[in-house]
Amino acid sequence: MNRRSNAPVFWLLFGAGGMLSALLGTAMVYLSGIAAPLGLPPAAGLLDHARMLAFAQHGLGKGFLFVTVSLFAWHAVHRIFHSLHDLGVHNGAVAKVACYGTAAGVTVVAGAALLAVGW
Amino acid sequence: MNVTRKAAGRRPYVRPMGGWWKRDPFFVRYMVREGTAVAVLAYALVLCVGLVRLAQGEAAWNGFVDALRTPWSLLLHAVLLVSFFVHAKSWFEIMPKTMPMMFVRGERLAASAVTRTGWAAAAAASIVMLGLAAWGVAS
Repeated sequence: MNRRSNAPVFWLLFGAGGMLSALLGTAMVYLSGIAAPLGLPPAAGLLDHARMLAFAQHGLGKGFLFVTVSLFAWHAVHRIFHSLHDLGVHNGAVAKVACYGTAAGVTVVAGAALLAVGW
Repeated sequence: MNVTRKAAGRRPYVRPMGGWWKRDPFFVRYMVREGTAVAVLAYALVLCVGLVRLAQGEAAWNGFVDALRTPWSLLLHAVLLVSFFVHAKSWFEIMPKTMPMMFVRGERLAASAVTRTGWAAAAAASIVMLGLAAWGVAS
């Protein structure tokens, strides 16, 4: 029986998330975590409830949020999983389930929340 | 492993590997680069919590935004900002090694050209993001 490896799937998610976070992550952290809470330009008022709700209800905003949140998670856990060995932690089934399970959980929760906010 | 050693009646020297990455600046840079994954995961979790709070209604969302304004959150995001910058910088530094070789007019595309193109793309994408945010706030 020629069983195919699942490694390329995880690697693809890692690569896509790595590229997306490298391109957009720094600006996103600045906007959502620093500029908007402090009322600094260009994000003063960006996190107002009505604005964020409209963004999350729009197809493009919904897609952007789902793709960034889930791919960031898949990128991060793949990298953490492979670094565990460097820190002397065995990359066994437990570590694998904990890492990829976290990303799967983030994906499901983010997807459910984005469906719950409506269209 | 231990059983075989005991059975053989000897304790061969095993090189200690604890803190191996502190031995060489190259390894330290490697661990810092891989460590940015922790920041990426933390940010994904923050955004995920935000989405859940948004789905729970206006009061829940406003509580999330208030939490973002606390000093601890701002400190966390300052660390995340630096980590994401390091991730973006190193991601494109490694890219020449991870992507297939590219040839332009019979010559292999220089690694520095790949890295600089990546950095330029990240800078452009960041400017577009900030511009979209400004447009979103204004409209």
